[in-house]
Amino acid sequence: MKKSIVTDASLVSAYMQGNESALGDLITRHKQRIYSFIYSKVFDRDVAEDIFQDTFIKVIRTLKRGKYNEEGKFLPWVMRIAHNLVIDHFRKNNRMPKFENNDDFNIFSVLSDGALNAEKQIIKGQVESDVRRLIQELPADQKEVLVMRMYKDMSFKEISEQTGVSINTALGRMRYALINLRKVIDKHNIILTN
Amino acid sequence: MQKMYSETPRPEHVEKNLVPKGETVKFLLDYSKALSVIDYNKLKFEALLN
Repeated sequence: MKKSIVTDASLVSAYMQGNESALGDLITRHKQRIYSFIYSKVFDRDVAEDIFQDTFIKVIRTLKRGKYNEEGKFLPWVMRIAHNLVIDHFRKNNRMPKFENNDDFNIFSVLSDGALNAEKQIIKGQVESDVRRLIQELPADQKEVLVMRMYKDMSFKEISEQTGVSINTALGRMRYALINLRKVIDKHNIILTN
Repeated sequence: MQKMYSETPRPEHVEKNLVPKGETVKFLLDYSKALSVIDYNKLKFEALLN
């Protein structure tokens, strides 16, 4: 028995005249070639699936609007649509480049959001509280300069004006304040790290 | 979120026998059935009928 082969042109024509099953035949006939082409460019099954779907949505809309001119080139026309959508996909991706992961290294294993977790927040609070207590042990003149510099963010010029001492004296007091703090920390083996 | 910002390495060769999922093809056939183009004064309007 001779098997009759329906051409793409006939199927397109039938579909444009309202025969919905002709579209199913066209998709079945060309889906492997079109999908493989898309996948060979994007290497991602989900993206290929999306682009394949968008390609045929364009095909369907064009055919239903009667804007398709049959020149016996249905498949090249669909492939061109798919090709353009692949280009659109890469244009979109270039605006937001992706990092390529592999088995040995995954960027998400070393990235964090920068925010401290609950444990680190508690430790940070304890460290800051310990430092404040240590500062209270400093001689009054050193403590005054250190508080102005570190907590009030004043310049040494402003500190000298407010305390009535020279800038060099304020700098010297700051230096001794830090030396004394380090001495106390070393002496008592206080751990001030987060 | 990881999928948005990272990608898996590319395979060495592409299998030739890849086909889209059945649900994708079904979606397209259903979309086609639901889509109707209405001509009105030389204008074309699309309507999706469920």
